[in-house]
Amino acid sequence: MDILLKGGHVVDPANNIDSEMDVLIKDDKIEQVAKNIKASGIPQEAKTIDCKGKMVFPGLIDMHTHLRQPGREDEETFLTGSRAALKGGFTSVLCMANTNPVIDNKGMVEYVYSESAKAGLINIYPVAAVTKGLEGKELTEIGQIAEAGAKALSDDGKPVMNAEILRRALEYSKMFGLPVISHCEDMNLSMNGVMNEGFVSTKLGLKGIPRTSEIVMVMRDIELMRLSGARLHIAHVSAKESVEAVREAKKRGIKVTCETCPHYFMLTEDAVIGFNTNAKVNPPLRTKEDVEAIKKGLADGVIDVIATDHAPHSLEEKDVEFDFAAAGMIGLEFALSLANTELIKSKVLGWSDLIRKMAVNPAKIIDLQGKGSLAAGSDADVAVFDAGAEWVVEGKRIESRSKNTPLIGRKMCGAVVLTVVGGKIKYENGKFN
Amino acid sequence: MAVSWKRKDLLDLESLSTEEIELILQTADSFKEISQRPIKKVPTLRGQTVVLFFFEPSTRTRTSFELAAKRMSADIVNIQTNASSLTKGETLKDTAKNIEAMKVDIIIIRHSSSGAPYLLAESISPSIINAGDGSHEHPTQGLLDIFTIKEHKKKISGLNVSIIGDIAHSRVARSNIWGLTKLGAKVTVCGPATLMPPEIERLGVKVTYDVKEAIEGADVINMLRIQIERQGQSLFPPIRDYSMKFGLDAEKMRYAKKDVLIMHPGPINRGIELTPEVADGPYSVILEQVTNGIAVRMAVLYLVSGVKKRIE
Repeated sequence: MDILLKGGHVVDPANNIDSEMDVLIKDDKIEQVAKNIKASGIPQEAKTIDCKGKMVFPGLIDMHTHLRQPGREDEETFLTGSRAALKGGFTSVLCMANTNPVIDNKGMVEYVYSESAKAGLINIYPVAAVTKGLEGKELTEIGQIAEAGAKALSDDGKPVMNAEILRRALEYSKMFGLPVISHCEDMNLSMNGVMNEGFVSTKLGLKGIPRTSEIVMVMRDIELMRLSGARLHIAHVSAKESVEAVREAKKRGIKVTCETCPHYFMLTEDAVIGFNTNAKVNPPLRTKEDVEAIKKGLADGVIDVIATDHAPHSLEEKDVEFDFAAAGMIGLEFALSLANTELIKSKVLGWSDLIRKMAVNPAKIIDLQGKGSLAAGSDADVAVFDAGAEWVVEGKRIESRSKNTPLIGRKMCGAVVLTVVGGKIKYENGKFN
Repeated sequence: MAVSWKRKDLLDLESLSTEEIELILQTADSFKEISQRPIKKVPTLRGQTVVLFFFEPSTRTRTSFELAAKRMSADIVNIQTNASSLTKGETLKDTAKNIEAMKVDIIIIRHSSSGAPYLLAESISPSIINAGDGSHEHPTQGLLDIFTIKEHKKKISGLNVSIIGDIAHSRVARSNIWGLTKLGAKVTVCGPATLMPPEIERLGVKVTYDVKEAIEGADVINMLRIQIERQGQSLFPPIRDYSMKFGLDAEKMRYAKKDVLIMHPGPINRGIELTPEVADGPYSVILEQVTNGIAVRMAVLYLVSGVKKRIE
């Protein structure tokens, strides 16, 4: 069925559009984006949806999720993760390799495609491991993995501690055009740490992770990228000095890219006070100064992407002593609303900047053809957002199978009202199709 | 008394007001005499059940709490386990809920993870007393240290108190810092740079790596226990080096004030933190700390049990 999204504020930075327009979808492609598309141009059976007063953008693309399938289907599945994504306006996501078994061979890459197709709600692309079993020792069969359609390589959750191995991974992946996504953490420096090292860790008597643990690896990986000439994307940047290191690298002409996550532009280590395990995340929440630096990096373009690092964990992994709690928080359902509150309303970013970081740039970095744009002929992945809608985060209304978020009870501003994937309405006003 | 006690739990000294700390100290003062009687028992907690829930080995603190509860006629249950309950497949919260279901009144918990008592306090109804959580706090130790200082110096305000040792991993240091600074003491912390937690000066203390500076002018020196098992970790200097630089011996005592008090939370590593001549010397109030520990813990049990009764 064809769809006409009428009169919304269309933000399509790939085509320099940021104004009130209509979007016409024919089959699974974008047919036309224009002002007042005339009735004569619209097929009679087209479903018209009034988008007056709402934002319309290309479906968001999350470069960093953990969907836990296979291995921890009690925490998330392709289906439940897809529902969370749709509610958040995401039409494509990359899922990280740290499942059980690990996505570290061609068969596992194929498994992600075939199993996620059964959920059939959004586009799910696998990230495959850099090293077998995420052990940091032996490279995976990158050639075959690339052939099976993995979109990137990452041992995310862990760094590749051995610089020589990462060097070879970068060199090898270059042949196949696959970017390597780097989780920057020096495991020796962060040894058993559970939160940011600083005043709050001192007060709480919790073992700190020094910011240096992230910074030295960001710097190392930038140099390895320069050495290898490969593509490198730095995951979840949290520290001020990491932003500065990337800024310097870009000035020197190095084509590194990086992402941050909503929690790094809106929460500080203070969220841990009271031993709140839902605020335990890796890299850890840092200080006000870091939050400001992340916002600055977003504003001046040093940070290319906002990803969620959606990391579902069961209650029994969180409802324990802080030292033993799993690190991570869910994010798919909240990212856009948080960006609306923390970045748009406070004028850190304009809408076009934001959609660049949540759709256009991810599509570029992982080379997703026909996505991140509403140009005629693009895939009809579209999100419609009511920026003024207010709601409160409640555990029972979370779509993700896991409820681990420090945002329970928080008032959110802005809600996705419609998500179209491949020309089909998959989510509309709280209902999934 | 001007203030009344309103807390179900005693989890830390950070959140206590000056008045609440004073109230505990005054209450402890009135209980101290009970332990000097030939018949060391009052009926205050008769019919109340107190559980000692210790996830870390402890002799001194556990015995002190147990005697405090017994001298107030409470019924005592001891649960001592070295490993975390997680290794048995039961979470801390489940274990606690089982104990709650047995209708106990007060749970005294020691745990190697910072924050563990908070997990209990927010999920079960008995009063929770923190007997030391990880590197976070050990409120009754802080209180008994302050009580002992006050007995000798009559006041806390204006005193110079130096805490020397492994500050980073010390819950005793943190509780002392909170309590002493609230009561107006000037606190200096001293130890190797590797064992000094970041930004601790923001707690209102002075930091020095020079032990002579920490000793000179101090009215009280609190020597922390070194956990020898940490030796070999990169952050810990070799024991000999530590002892030479930061241990208190007769030589270093020459810098001390004539009426200085030497304290130690115990158990002492003799020859490491303190030489025997200092530990057993005229300035040492280490055994008085132990005696006072019982009075302070009786006071805490009394105060939280009163709240419990009012709630019910």
